[in-house]
Amino acid sequence: MSTAIIAAPERRAAGRHPLVLIVIWAALITVPIWLPLLGGYTALAGRVLVFGLAAMGLNLLLGFTGVLSFGHAAYFGLGAYGAGLTLRYVVHSTPLAMLAGTLFGGLAGTLFGLLIVHRRGVYFAMCTIAFGQLWYYLAYSWNSFTGGFDGLRDFHREPIGFGPFTLDITQGGPTFYYFLLAIFAIAIALMGIVLRSPFGRTLVAIRENERRARFLGIPVEQHIWLSFSISCFFTALAGTLYALLNNFADPMALHYSLSGYFVVMTVIGGMRTFWGPLLGAAVFVMLQDYISSMTVNWMSFIGVIFILVVLFFPRGLLGTRHWRAS
Amino acid sequence: MAQVILYNVTNGLIIGAFYVLMALGLSLILNLSNVINFAHGNFLALGGYLAYALSPTLGYWGALLVSPLLVGLIGVVVERLMIRRIYNRDPVYSLLLTFGLAFVMQDVARYIWGPNGLPLGLPAVLAQPISANLFFITWYRIFMVAVVIVSVAGLFAFLRYTRIGLRIRAGTLDLETVATLGINVRHLRTFNFAVGCFLAGLSGVLAAGQIGLNPNMGDDLLMPSFIAIIVGGVGSLIGTLFGGLLIGMAAALTTVFYPSASEAVIYAILMAVLLIRPRGLIGEEGMMS
Repeated sequence: MSTAIIAAPERRAAGRHPLVLIVIWAALITVPIWLPLLGGYTALAGRVLVFGLAAMGLNLLLGFTGVLSFGHAAYFGLGAYGAGLTLRYVVHSTPLAMLAGTLFGGLAGTLFGLLIVHRRGVYFAMCTIAFGQLWYYLAYSWNSFTGGFDGLRDFHREPIGFGPFTLDITQGGPTFYYFLLAIFAIAIALMGIVLRSPFGRTLVAIRENERRARFLGIPVEQHIWLSFSISCFFTALAGTLYALLNNFADPMALHYSLSGYFVVMTVIGGMRTFWGPLLGAAVFVMLQDYISSMTVNWMSFIGVIFILVVLFFPRGLLGTRHWRAS
Repeated sequence: MAQVILYNVTNGLIIGAFYVLMALGLSLILNLSNVINFAHGNFLALGGYLAYALSPTLGYWGALLVSPLLVGLIGVVVERLMIRRIYNRDPVYSLLLTFGLAFVMQDVARYIWGPNGLPLGLPAVLAQPISANLFFITWYRIFMVAVVIVSVAGLFAFLRYTRIGLRIRAGTLDLETVATLGINVRHLRTFNFAVGCFLAGLSGVLAAGQIGLNPNMGDDLLMPSFIAIIVGGVGSLIGTLFGGLLIGMAAALTTVFYPSASEAVIYAILMAVLLIRPRGLIGEEGMMS
């Protein structure tokens, strides 16, 4: 137990090592150069960033607070629909759409968090799944407003004006990738600050031993609620980027299978590590892209990946250290 | 109007009965093993497909008996090979595992039996309506409800009056003590998982006769079953029973007046329960935290 408590800051420190950071960011910045050489395309990298951000948002809750949400697609999808609906019906402004989507998804999560904050473990997860599906059915059946099963179309990302300058992100390609990367960088810098703050350390304390944290006078429910809420805001932000990336929002962005994908990304990369979910998202997106181009039975392969990860690789790529079970 | 309401009430009973069978199996596994079985809907589909494969040789009645048993046996294998390994781990692993399993099972069903719907033939006796006035109620609908009632009563009697049932109920409350008393908890959990799968397989055969077969036929039942468990109260099988009936009836009656809201009303009940009575209608205090 005590080693686990010491282990967490050490490992996080590894994620902050200047050399590691330089390598990660250099790799991310040079994606438009090296990815085509490997046969990939830049939109794929954009997807990795978007899903990576969503999974990192989830990991704030799952890895650093020790609370399992299996319904984070809800907040991702609400972010996507929030941004898409804003662009389509309200105002042709990319920043405002992102703001609206993030607030929409984040606030929905914050309110729902209040209802379930006293639940734990598998019951908490069950409530998050059920609540997530509510939004799926809403988007699915409210045909006239959301486009129903076919998804929300007829909107596209708008150029962003900075005084005299205009950033034209309407085309795909490197400009939009760097736009995504900039937003990603700001978001995870914020996330790093949250996790390094006393609040973030308290979350880890709750994860390691909830009862002890309670005895120390920490308001556990309040912290879990805040963690859930912050996590939902990050995931909703990722959702708005997803809508911008595809110029499209579909009900599958709200479906619980996507929640499952977020969780498996986090686990593949290593929950309880800062960068793990990004790595997991990269692995998962590449694998999914490759497998679905190879065979129609991609569902079996994805399913087998889930099973193999759970049975033989539970700590993930970056989580090499031993940590306590259950 | 009276006929429309009567039609939807019977519909609600039937849908509710399916929710109940499905949710009781899920609930059994959840209570004793702390595992949410995402693949439960796929065990249901498996039951239907096995009945489809067996009915040419065994006939409908034979398939109805044998297919759920086979699903239970497959449940034993799955539990031994996979589920058992993650009992003492973080809940995230059990969810991921059964989630992956659901993907594989759905894909395998699609691979073997094809993506399109298949019908399951019924005996002529069951396919007839019960009378000219009540032409919309076939004997099969009555039969389904009867089978569900018998099997639910059987399950409760089993849990109440047999030694194994007693152990399962005790294990739900305190598995560690049950293990300390010298009971083989590993076998108990395997058996319990198989019973859950058996119930799923049975509902699969019944559902196949009504709506036909397709690889994701269980998916639509999975989410309402989760909600039935939460609404009824985690830890209480009686709660699950009432939760399933309640949301089935509510959905069916909403269909009479406002069809597109039938799904929404289920979620409204969920939210109301979480707000007003978080432990569920019959749930015990503390079971959910």
